[in-house]
Amino acid sequence: MSGRFWSRVQTSALDPAALEQALAAASPEAGAAVTFIGRVRGQDGGREVAGLELEHYPGMTEASLAALIDRVRERWTLAAAAVVHRVGFVAAGECIVWVGVSAAHRADAFAACECLMDYLKTEAPFWKKEHGPVAARWVEARRADEQRAARWRR
Amino acid sequence: MLSVRFFASLRERLDCAALTLDWQPEWACIGDLHAALMARGPLWAEALDKPDLRCARNQQVADLQAPLEDGDEVAFFPPVTGG
Repeated sequence: MSGRFWSRVQTSALDPAALEQALAAASPEAGAAVTFIGRVRGQDGGREVAGLELEHYPGMTEASLAALIDRVRERWTLAAAAVVHRVGFVAAGECIVWVGVSAAHRADAFAACECLMDYLKTEAPFWKKEHGPVAARWVEARRADEQRAARWRR
Repeated sequence: MLSVRFFASLRERLDCAALTLDWQPEWACIGDLHAALMARGPLWAEALDKPDLRCARNQQVADLQAPLEDGDEVAFFPPVTGG
């Protein structure tokens, strides 16, 4: 990571405290920082979930995350922004994605962080396979996620 | 030469992560490649005949109307579910 805007995918565990520190260090003048942590649910729709296997499209994933950050930078005035996403197996309770945005004031930081997550959910080439106690199944895209992302495209 | 990649449930259904195909001059757009892949057999026809099938050309989101050129990398995949 370098500079004020970065993204990466990794197989190792995410360290939200370290990431928040890095965001603050990259933008010492910012008055507001909003961070989002997505975790693997221990159950979903009544099914017990041991963890998720995250597949992605190496190359396209990194370019896609960088492009999403560029898009929110065009819309809001940001001091720094970062997206870090796990790939491979992520156990229930673990952090799967971390998004951090800093800005002079909170309104830009709140909106850009939410928009980044909504775009990521519907555009970045990741796919989740849910592993339960006995079986595994591919997670289906949710219409609600598409509707959330569509709000920002108006 | 054309590089074709498949991901997630589609990759599993086809039991195929990647293909290298000889370039065919009649492939004007991704839709032509899609039709050629569907003609490989009933499994391919069923797996690729999905209204929500997504594709990318050279690692950028594309659609079936996108033009195709020798040397391209084309990917087919189901709707994304990251985050």
